[in-house]
Amino acid sequence: MADMDVDIAIIGAGPAGMAAAVAAAATGARVAVLDEQDACGGQIYRAIQRATPERLRILGPDYAAGRALADRFAASGAQHITGAAVWQVTREHAVHYLRNGSVASLQARQVILCTGAMERPFPIPGWTLPGVLTAGAAQILLKSANVVPAEPVVLAGCGPLLYLLGWQYVRAGVPIRAIVDTTDGTDYQRALAHLGGALAGWRYLKKGLALMRALKRGGVPFYKGATALSVEGTDAVRALRFTSRGQPQRIETRAVLLHQGVVPNTQFSWALRAAHRWDDTQLCWQPVVDEWGMLDVPGILVAGDGRGIGGAVAAALQGELAGLAAAHNVGKLDGAQRDRMAAPLRTALRSHLSIRPFLDALYRPKPANRVPADDVVVCRCEEVTAGDIRSFVALGCSGPNQAKSFGRCGMGPCQGRQCGLTVTEIIADARGVPPQEVGYYRIRPPIKPVTLGELARES
Amino acid sequence: MKADNGADADVIVIGGGLHGTSSALHLARAGLRVTLLEADYCGRHASGVNAGGVRTLGRHVAEIPLALASRNLWHRLADLTGDDAGFVPSGQLKVAETDAELDVLRQRVAELEALGFTHETMVDTQTVRELVPAIAPHVTGAIWVREDGHALPYRAVTAFRLAAAKAGAVIHETTPAQRVEQAGTRWKVHTPRGVFHADRLVNAAGAWAGEFAAQIGEPVPVEAGGLMLMITHRVAPFVKPVLGATGRALSFKQYANGTVMIGGGLRCPADAQARHGEVDMLRLGTSAQTVTALFPHLGPLGINRAWAGVEAFMPDQIPVIGPSKAAPGVVHAFGFSAHGFELGPIVGQIVAELVTEGHASLPIDAFAVDRFNQPRGAVAGALRD
Amino acid sequence: MPTDRLFQRIAEPAGSAGADTVTIEFNGAPLQVPAQCSVAAALLASGVTRFRNSPVSGEPRAPYCMMGVCFECLMEIDGQPSRQSCLVTVREGMRVRTQDGARTLPLPPAVEAGRTEEVEHG
Repeated sequence: MADMDVDIAIIGAGPAGMAAAVAAAATGARVAVLDEQDACGGQIYRAIQRATPERLRILGPDYAAGRALADRFAASGAQHITGAAVWQVTREHAVHYLRNGSVASLQARQVILCTGAMERPFPIPGWTLPGVLTAGAAQILLKSANVVPAEPVVLAGCGPLLYLLGWQYVRAGVPIRAIVDTTDGTDYQRALAHLGGALAGWRYLKKGLALMRALKRGGVPFYKGATALSVEGTDAVRALRFTSRGQPQRIETRAVLLHQGVVPNTQFSWALRAAHRWDDTQLCWQPVVDEWGMLDVPGILVAGDGRGIGGAVAAALQGELAGLAAAHNVGKLDGAQRDRMAAPLRTALRSHLSIRPFLDALYRPKPANRVPADDVVVCRCEEVTAGDIRSFVALGCSGPNQAKSFGRCGMGPCQGRQCGLTVTEIIADARGVPPQEVGYYRIRPPIKPVTLGELARES
Repeated sequence: MKADNGADADVIVIGGGLHGTSSALHLARAGLRVTLLEADYCGRHASGVNAGGVRTLGRHVAEIPLALASRNLWHRLADLTGDDAGFVPSGQLKVAETDAELDVLRQRVAELEALGFTHETMVDTQTVRELVPAIAPHVTGAIWVREDGHALPYRAVTAFRLAAAKAGAVIHETTPAQRVEQAGTRWKVHTPRGVFHADRLVNAAGAWAGEFAAQIGEPVPVEAGGLMLMITHRVAPFVKPVLGATGRALSFKQYANGTVMIGGGLRCPADAQARHGEVDMLRLGTSAQTVTALFPHLGPLGINRAWAGVEAFMPDQIPVIGPSKAAPGVVHAFGFSAHGFELGPIVGQIVAELVTEGHASLPIDAFAVDRFNQPRGAVAGALRD
Repeated sequence: MPTDRLFQRIAEPAGSAGADTVTIEFNGAPLQVPAQCSVAAALLASGVTRFRNSPVSGEPRAPYCMMGVCFECLMEIDGQPSRQSCLVTVREGMRVRTQDGARTLPLPPAVEAGRTEEVEHG
């Protein structure tokens, strides 16, 4: 009853998805790539194909590097289904999606999930006010719409993406009111232990230092070791409050861009009931996969940030490995050939991932910004606070699913994307057990909303 | 509150769903030392994820006396458990869409009246439109039960669990009962956390109850199955009563927060071993069609989530409630075939009566555990009680 | 009425995509917005700061993630409620409305007449 049959279905046209498609299509496999957007690139390379020289200059060489991959993808022969909101991937490899107001489906023999990452939630007081966006959102506005803040903006949090955005803004002539960095001495201490790996990824380190220098040269006010962050305002942002070097600070602004790292987007892998493990280094859930990216669900692989944060280049390498594996699994590539092609990819992947322990240690998000005080909203959709969740635990709710049933936490339109990690950690903290034991929301379809009318019309 | 771990009790309840926790509460209030063993967390499966209908409408005749008695308890649930579990006395309406369907409903009401039941009443199109102004114009009439309603399943189980614990029951979650065996006049229940002993057993293990029935020597044809449900995004209030249809499966209610729960008897496979019901989203298209046929303006309403619980189905669609006929000291309460939620409060009372006095205050012969071994005539007679 | 804008489109060299605008209908009034981008980006760059009111408390909400995972940018677009405006490309003549309170669907006229109004928020 599917509208189309393919060998390999790839969900997501970011670096992992594009690389998987290129590798798989080259073996002669019939490949379809489904993505929500109207052009390839995912988030990191968003709008890459229509980027002007000026935009490439502002966004920098890492972004521009995506162009070559996008061109190879366009020439690969893989079918690119744009504007497709995938709402279910089944364990039997059926893919159901919504496109142009109609429900459609395809049947694949192998599925590669390349759904990438999303911003880690940043639950501080006032984070739901209009005018608070993520640094990633600001980058998307810049990349896809050429839109930037109209007045000096505050960037707050930690992590390479935050500084990268600041650097891009400096290059674009966008005034930055302040960068409020939560990184402090303990983070540097922790990161020192991983310096060996960092030196192995010296290219990244060099880039990071150059970036910081450029920011300082741009005259951007820097506040270090920031704690007690809160956004002030009633109907919209009015100011950011925080403490830095023991001094309480208040910076008036109407826009705050928050960021404390990205985390894997695991909606599909959870919905497939694949095994996941809590990774305490990256403080997130990661699907359990083999060396090709295969889940414990036969025929379904995960590549890219969706299986653990590694960045765009690592994502492309994992995508290529998964594409080769899937092509082999459908009989288009023999095992020896697959392994031969995989070897240099694995070497490169190891090299590109070598910086991760250092970055994960240096930019580990602060407990206070992950497990907030009672009055902070955790579930944005249903306005459930951290205190509410703790009260559920006191009533015997031992995991996120009971919290959901008890207080609607996680039952809103975002289906737990913005609150899930926070809820897991709050419950673990309240119960005094590790997050692995607490578990995560049961994720069910539709992964993206389908209307009654759309579903009714399909039957 | 007991400090011991309940390893030695008067009665062990296997299963922490609604019927298990209700039984635990009534037994504890009767003064027995109760231990409840739940494999996951109380309300994890069918009891926590069903449509929440508090419904006497449309019941199998044998269930009606129990359902009516249970409904009285729902209306005063806070007295019984300390929490009303979100019970809303919204009424239940079963609409007919054609004249033929209307005849079916009239016949049903007449049959009930002949048996002395008057809780289901016929209402005409005008009354339906007064009750549900937004309903499509082609509806021809309905059965209306004003005192029915709906409640929140997980909250209901939690209410009974907390009340049972307060009354002295010891409740162990993540403690799956694996094997039951007789030890002299007592029972032993083996779990990964150790062995529990009691004089009596209550088998309220839902989709897994057949395993224990088999272990004590009276296998029953209970099958795990799933029923698919959907919940939508919020929409402005447009319907108060719980709605059902006649010619097609539908169960439909709108909560105070504006979300709409849609069910409709759509079965799907459930894997008892994996403890999971797999939703076939495309088959839910039938539910979507029914909803949009009755409420055309809901076409643009988004579906937020679809799921299926793991439920226990009996071949005759009525539960097993009653004493074991094979082993002394065991009471069964399972197999509610996707309509056990409303019966939860009264079944716990019946179980306690059976355990403490050996007989029930309501007729339960139709639910006998050994009815599947009986000749047909005996079963038919039981249904008329 | 759009307030002082928080965001703006960067001026680009002539001939690039950044020069285009379209006129949409925003809450019933015409509004000129940047083209070739999402509805959310176009509205942010035109000074719109409130996209909807939370159906729980009525408090104002606006885009947060711009990539379709936060569902804060829900608006009614061309009569269809709860669309993620960050995933919809803006087009000439589009009818966009902020989403206030619980999603209000157009009810049959006879019902509308008798309905008690849900409290409208800000």
